[in-house]
Amino acid sequence: MELLIDGKVAYVGTGSREISSMRESVVFVHGAGQNHTIWVLPARHFVRKAFNVLSIDLPGHGRSAGPCVSSIEQMADWIAEVLRVAGLARAAVIGHSMGSLVALATAARHPDRVRSLAMVGVSVPMPVSEALLVTSAANEHAALEMLTFWGHSSTAHLGGNPTPGMWMLGCGLRLLEESGDGVVHTDLRACNEYRAGLEHATQVKCPTLLILGERDAMTPVRATHALGRAIPDVETLVFPGSGHALLSERPDPVLDALMRIV
Amino acid sequence: MTKPKTFNFDTLSLHAGQRPDPSTGARATPIYQTASFMFRDTDHAASLFNIERAGHVYSRISNPTTAVLEERIAALEGGVGAIATASGQAATHLAIATLMGAGSHIVSSQSIYGGTHNLLEYTLPRFGIDTTFVNPSDIDAIRAAIRPHTRLVFGETLGNPGLDVLDIPRVAAVAHASGLPLLVDATFTTPYLSKPFELGADVIVHSATKFLSGHGVVIGGLLVDSGTFDWEASGKFPTLTEPYVGFHDLDFVEEFGPAAFITRARKEGARDFGACMSANTAFLILQGMETLPIRMQRHVENTRRVAAFLDEHEAVEWVAYPELPGHPGHALAKQLLPRGCGAVLSFGVKGGRMAGQRFIEKLEVFSHLANVGDAKSLVIHPASTTHHRMDARALEAAGISEGLVRMSVGLEDVGDLIEDIARGLRASQKG
Repeated sequence: MELLIDGKVAYVGTGSREISSMRESVVFVHGAGQNHTIWVLPARHFVRKAFNVLSIDLPGHGRSAGPCVSSIEQMADWIAEVLRVAGLARAAVIGHSMGSLVALATAARHPDRVRSLAMVGVSVPMPVSEALLVTSAANEHAALEMLTFWGHSSTAHLGGNPTPGMWMLGCGLRLLEESGDGVVHTDLRACNEYRAGLEHATQVKCPTLLILGERDAMTPVRATHALGRAIPDVETLVFPGSGHALLSERPDPVLDALMRIV
Repeated sequence: MTKPKTFNFDTLSLHAGQRPDPSTGARATPIYQTASFMFRDTDHAASLFNIERAGHVYSRISNPTTAVLEERIAALEGGVGAIATASGQAATHLAIATLMGAGSHIVSSQSIYGGTHNLLEYTLPRFGIDTTFVNPSDIDAIRAAIRPHTRLVFGETLGNPGLDVLDIPRVAAVAHASGLPLLVDATFTTPYLSKPFELGADVIVHSATKFLSGHGVVIGGLLVDSGTFDWEASGKFPTLTEPYVGFHDLDFVEEFGPAAFITRARKEGARDFGACMSANTAFLILQGMETLPIRMQRHVENTRRVAAFLDEHEAVEWVAYPELPGHPGHALAKQLLPRGCGAVLSFGVKGGRMAGQRFIEKLEVFSHLANVGDAKSLVIHPASTTHHRMDARALEAAGISEGLVRMSVGLEDVGDLIEDIARGLRASQKG
């Protein structure tokens, strides 16, 4: 489905289903440099379960027109606008990595729009290494490799993908390679410069779930403690052995967890 | 600056796709000899059928043992995913059937395996898919052969049996300029000698029967997706970019992104055509792949020695091996195949067909059979066997003369191999 947000095309994956204001809704927000396809498995589940599913491509990502939005707060406002234009009062908002920050900011800035919140692979703050910022600014492929290789646990580097026949590192890298020049850098800078996370956390009014990977090197579990303390109604799940790429490394446990909050 | 790291080729050859079995601790990949897999409950069953969860339903579509093999070849090739098939031919068919239907057209190298030539020349036309064969070295001819309804460009990394070196970067550029993917059969090179995706190919097929398994004990194929081809931008592949009524209007590119092709191939092709690989076969191929790097090194070393011996022998008219300076693909091979040109070569024995037959029949270490890529050395006369369906013109176009002998050089002591060849060549000249 395509919506017009501020006169620009916004792509929203709905699983080929019409959106209805009579049904509950779920919004999925992807991470830096990615697009809606990372959510394919849970999105298909909630479509079958008769939810409105909105797997969005943030501006400048996937099928949504650019340019990218340069701050987490602006992305959050954009999500709220997507819901408004789609004619939906509120939704469960689920994000991964950068998308989890966007989900958090959406819940804080538009509490009436968010009925539940799930953050997958999150930390607040979400500092980005100088190496990543520099290489992504130059659109170097090394930036995509860093995101992919650091984003998976060391065991995932040898595979063992629960999804038969798929090579996790290859899938992760290829998706990032589809992003246009400057997209990854804009996203990473937005993560790095997002300062309001803990303040936003205190403003969350809905039930919240944190889904973390024990071996996450990019948003380590220890960097999530303050976030967990700041959110009033929160549950934290830590999946043993998983890295940051929880949707690839632990797709079924992530879906099971999401079913509890959606 | 920190350099991002992951595991290297030799390590992936041994480990990619497999973790020790969590329930038993088994280090080797278990053989999951089962047709089906239990569902936890009815909703779990529905979620697996609807591609909401990772997992297995039925071994025609996926199996934990074959999944290890699929992941391993995807890792070694640098792709997004793979499907193991009943044979290399099944992999080629699966690729084609996933991409196109009746009314489509393929541009293929004329220097290909005889079985693939049969498929393209004689069998697929019955299903409305035609092929134009071209000299793979003639880039202009490839470009000229592309028609509005062409859907694929196909070639072998090393042509069979003349060892034509496919100029993958240039052929890929021609294909991509017309919105077409390049499918490459990389059987003769394996990912150890050539990484076609890094050179521009979009999809790879292997006959895993050959060097990947390496011991001549199984029949199997692999189809690997790079995930790089932009099906949407091409606009020529409705199987991937339009709703599929056979799967609740699933649009594969829209939902699976870079994994669209391989997902459709599994969810439709593996499901409906059913040319799956058995778990036991996958296990045997995995055993072979563990030693792929060291076997390929030895294969190449032995082949270089054999090629040099043949090249200087008075009973040999010519030798086709790209590492020899006289081969038309020599310069390209140095550029694209720096680790070596594999272990298959062909040559002509003075005296033509009868001399060739005397040569083959005198060999004792080489096995006379239809295969390549065994640890044991093999030999065959293509004009009367693997390529016997091709008429004289097609044989000539493919560079197959009446006296051509094809060899697959194995891992035996190379001195023993050369002695065997010398014996055969002496006999060949006594007619």
